[in-house]
Amino acid sequence: MTVSAPLPHDAAALHVTGRARYVDDIPTPAGTLHLAFGLARIARGRITAMDLAPVCAAPGVVAVLAASDLARDADTSPSAHDEPLLSDGSVHFHGQPIFLVIATSHLLARRAARMAEVSYAEQTPILSIEEALAADARFEEGPRVYAKGDAAAAIAGAAHRVEGQIEIGGQEHFYLEGQAALALPQEDGDMVVHASTQHPSEVQHKVAHALGRPMHAVRVETRRMGGAFGGKESQANAPAIACAVAADILGRPCKMRYDRDDDMAITGKRHDFRITYRAGFDADGRISGVEFVQYTRCGWSQDLSLPVADRAMLHADNAYHLPAARIESHRLRTNTASATAFRGFGGPQGMLGIERVLDHIAHDLGADPLVIRQRNFYAANERGGPSAPRPSAPPEDISSKKKLQTTPYGQEVEDFILHKMTDALVTSSEYHARRAEVARWNAANPVLKKGIALTPVKFGISFTLTHLNQAGALVHVYQDGSVHLNHGGTEMGQGLFQKVAQVAAARFGLETGAIRITATDTAKVPNTSATAASSGSDLNGMAVKAACDAIRERMANFLAEYFQGTPGDVIFAGGQVRIGAHVLSFAEAAKLAYEHRISLSSTGFYKTPKLAWDRIKGAGRPFFYFAYGVAVTEVVIDRLTGENRILRADILHDAGASLNPALDIGQVEGGYVQGAGWLTTEELVWDKSGRLSTHAPSTYKIPAAGDRPDIFNVALWDAQNREDTIYRSKAVGEPPFMLGISAFLALSDAIAACGDGYPALDAPATAEQVFAALQRQENGV
Amino acid sequence: MNITFLLNGETVALQDAAPTQTLLDWLREARGLTGTKEGCNEGDCGACTVLVTDKNGSRALNACILFLPQLHGRALRTVEGISGPDGALHPVQSAMIEHHGSQCGFCTPGFIASMAAAHLNGETDHDRTLAGNLCRCTGYAPIIRAAKAAEHAPVPGWMMQDRQMLNDPNFFLPEISSGGAKGRGADSPPAPVRPKTSDELARHYAQNPDATLIAGATDIGLWVTKSLRDIAQPVFLADCTDLQQIAINKDHIRIGAGVNMARMYDLMREHHPSYAAMIRRYGSEQVRNAATLGGNIANGSPIGDNPPALIALGARLHLRHADTRRDIPLEAFFIEYGKQDRAPGEFVETVSIPRARDRLRAYKLSKRFDQDISAVCGCFNITVENGKIARARIAFGGMAGIPKRATHVETALIGQDWNEASIKATTPAWAQDYQPLSDMRASGEYRLNAARNMLMRYFLEDNGAEVDVQGVMA
Repeated sequence: MTVSAPLPHDAAALHVTGRARYVDDIPTPAGTLHLAFGLARIARGRITAMDLAPVCAAPGVVAVLAASDLARDADTSPSAHDEPLLSDGSVHFHGQPIFLVIATSHLLARRAARMAEVSYAEQTPILSIEEALAADARFEEGPRVYAKGDAAAAIAGAAHRVEGQIEIGGQEHFYLEGQAALALPQEDGDMVVHASTQHPSEVQHKVAHALGRPMHAVRVETRRMGGAFGGKESQANAPAIACAVAADILGRPCKMRYDRDDDMAITGKRHDFRITYRAGFDADGRISGVEFVQYTRCGWSQDLSLPVADRAMLHADNAYHLPAARIESHRLRTNTASATAFRGFGGPQGMLGIERVLDHIAHDLGADPLVIRQRNFYAANERGGPSAPRPSAPPEDISSKKKLQTTPYGQEVEDFILHKMTDALVTSSEYHARRAEVARWNAANPVLKKGIALTPVKFGISFTLTHLNQAGALVHVYQDGSVHLNHGGTEMGQGLFQKVAQVAAARFGLETGAIRITATDTAKVPNTSATAASSGSDLNGMAVKAACDAIRERMANFLAEYFQGTPGDVIFAGGQVRIGAHVLSFAEAAKLAYEHRISLSSTGFYKTPKLAWDRIKGAGRPFFYFAYGVAVTEVVIDRLTGENRILRADILHDAGASLNPALDIGQVEGGYVQGAGWLTTEELVWDKSGRLSTHAPSTYKIPAAGDRPDIFNVALWDAQNREDTIYRSKAVGEPPFMLGISAFLALSDAIAACGDGYPALDAPATAEQVFAALQRQENGV
Repeated sequence: MNITFLLNGETVALQDAAPTQTLLDWLREARGLTGTKEGCNEGDCGACTVLVTDKNGSRALNACILFLPQLHGRALRTVEGISGPDGALHPVQSAMIEHHGSQCGFCTPGFIASMAAAHLNGETDHDRTLAGNLCRCTGYAPIIRAAKAAEHAPVPGWMMQDRQMLNDPNFFLPEISSGGAKGRGADSPPAPVRPKTSDELARHYAQNPDATLIAGATDIGLWVTKSLRDIAQPVFLADCTDLQQIAINKDHIRIGAGVNMARMYDLMREHHPSYAAMIRRYGSEQVRNAATLGGNIANGSPIGDNPPALIALGARLHLRHADTRRDIPLEAFFIEYGKQDRAPGEFVETVSIPRARDRLRAYKLSKRFDQDISAVCGCFNITVENGKIARARIAFGGMAGIPKRATHVETALIGQDWNEASIKATTPAWAQDYQPLSDMRASGEYRLNAARNMLMRYFLEDNGAEVDVQGVMA
């Protein structure tokens, strides 16, 4: 069966030969024009004069557009309609697009865009958390609070308390392919847009709005992205809208790709956070109550900041049962690029907060942090243990069962499997022996110190905006037996297309070669959700299954009638269709069905069950299920400079019954390294004027090959999802990212070995940050 | 400018090519060869990596900061030409599929080019050869597995073709005049030139002191792609083979300005291994294959990594103007930020370093180990005789507006006992030598602290302590 086979990515052979086509590779019609934005050079203020004459006069320039040149308001926001494509005269961040150049080449457009003479009336920008709080610059009316029990009383009544604060930096997506779009004007005002986007439906919606036309006049196609990680969920809107607007005005194809430096200046990044915490616990380290205050800089516009900040709150428990908890979240408005979706979507920041608390408690008690973590884990539930009930099991009667532990937002934790996963990883990674060895090393070496940490992940799967948890598919079977597959999910490297093709192949009993994966297209499947929240294969796999099953059922009914059998006896397997003694190739069956006027095309639809969530109250069941993982990382640091390195990482990750273990392990390995990068070398720096100083890979350092752990053992926890997901698999896009937290806490462990205090390391733990923490340790601060 | 080269085995002859058009733009826009990708357009991500062969061998280069004239007389192979003519996959391509080495696939053609170059050259230090290729999806593990898996596969025949053709006495690329120093008209600037000898260069540059000398273009490439500047009177140095010589005699090693950093790495592995270890982290394979020693010195950057190492070694810089030559201590070349002791029309011809017992340690501090510009680059060359510090040459990059010697620290050390107390006693001298600034790479305070501690590291290392995080295993 194709499902669960470790097949290569469907486009692997195209990738390695350079034949995989990205937006900028699509051959363009003669006369295609190229776009570049002119960018604001202040972070806050008003444009008092903008002389575009030098831009217009520059070589190759065909047109220059400012907001006032647009017939309609063109807005790029995914949420609050608060992001004009081009500045309305007010400037909200350094790098905000203020005009649009349309020229005969990419280079000429970029050159011309620098020639504007712009005068500004500058205002003092709001950049920091302190400045935003002082100005009460925020989204929503005030902080949002989720609470369970009386945390303050629980802390006050506890035998032990810790409190502290952690700064958590943001993160640039650094998708290798920058933002790109191509708009091709059609007859009668229609527009076709090729966009590198995770959300073609939203591009369609926003382009239609900007053109003043119904959505049916706009078709958006996305074959693949060269990486996205959340950075093309809303950020892909602007270049697509710009291209469509320019193409509409000029009647010529228009293409735009951001130069890397422009991309990093214009587009949003992961939200940075400051989290303060207070926790009460007993002598065994069992938490009785926790309070968090989460501050996040959202940037200038709302974008997706509210659900990001919500998800940070929803992961403030991570894997730990908190009898009482209070989480307060401040969504601050600052004059920086609008922070946006990024793998984990706030979850990583919330999770790092509680992992820090656990680490701090363990240090306070002088205990192994692993033991303290395990003591605070949610209880292993008694309904079927770590693996799921058999798929055919009848619904359980839960009325007689003991009440399950709940998260701070009231969702029952039904399938907590981390006890066994942790035990397995502790054994396979030889955690205890290595921890002892680390202590021996540290006693013997004055300069280089080692650290080790184990951290778990429990990540909630589903969009917290419940209505987004739906998906559609379109499947055609042709009379030669070949299958055309389409669904609303987008391919950004995660292997979604291959996984879904494996589902389709399995439903028809075919090899994946018989299934043609096709570009995501708003004209084939409408009203899709972003490929985000790790939901791609859960949602689209189910929708495709529904579509395939509809066709299969029609074929079975027909063949049963034709061969005088019963539909239930028709078997699709091994490229054949069998009914009784009759064996047809799938192609023969398809041809026969076609000749008997059986429809061989179907849509499919899926919506996630069981969800009920009130985000204002912070109560209900936002998540269909949880995905789990656990990692052990060992590091070394240099006391003299703070330089550090990951030496070894061992990971056990829960992908349910994996649809494709090779692709899932790829997500785990890549997620871990990206997560570790976020917390170590990836540092965003803004200067005092609000300009991003780290706007290119020369200054912003994502991990390179040598930064991966020397020893890197990754395995999947092989167990079915207890919920009825596609072949009982689990979502795997985001959860492994947070395994990188173990690297950060291993660094903290190494620093802790250099003194008596708690290191209170801030992220990212660059060499300089580690050095600063070491100095605090050594000076006893 | 007229340029001829081999592209995936076929001869390309360009008449009047724009001298500062990048290879990447030309491949993608003029040739429709879109397999080679633009990721950053500044030579940091490697998505545009291509394979270039000349008589010295084959190497990976970044096409985004490579100007077309640099290819003249050479053979270029893009990802499209790394597969066989019949579509057969190269072993590294098959291995990448088999080991799931691509996810989004956008960086993959660049990886394939780097891996094919390493495979051709028999290189198996994959962390080094792939440090210039960034991947955001895979975490690199499957890519390294693929590279290892392909190590022993034979080099496919088509990959030998470029070398064979260039070395074939019966094969020649159509020769088009290199231009020489002739103007196009009374008022027009001199045409871009491609001198073949340093004499030719010296004459041309003396007459045209506003010319821009381009060797590897790892810096000047960004003037075009990022600063969006026009390049005045480009002079391409790639064919000045006499500037690419390394001469070693009893007393000195003399290195031509045109020697690239890949060759410097090989040279220093033998003579000053710590310097070589630092060069291993300098740029990336693609950058080291292009960047020259002369460029790294002459551009006067305060954060170039070669000057502090060379200053610590007591290097002398040999400058030439027309037929006049002079030499100065390298540290004297750097006068202040943006200002060097170089007359108009004068150029760096060679660098010489005295041969002595290797006491050099070069410590490069950056946010990321590989392919990152130093926050601090500290180079120490301290000679201890009879327990006392006899000589000390210490120089830093990243600590001042120029690569600068730690003269006060040196003075504080010389004559003292070689022990921790002597090192601690230098503390006040550091602030006299350096007042480093704060920027996105590091704060001034951290730079100063780290620099000071590097001296302690030198001492501890000299006494056998384990001080290199890169040398530690789990």
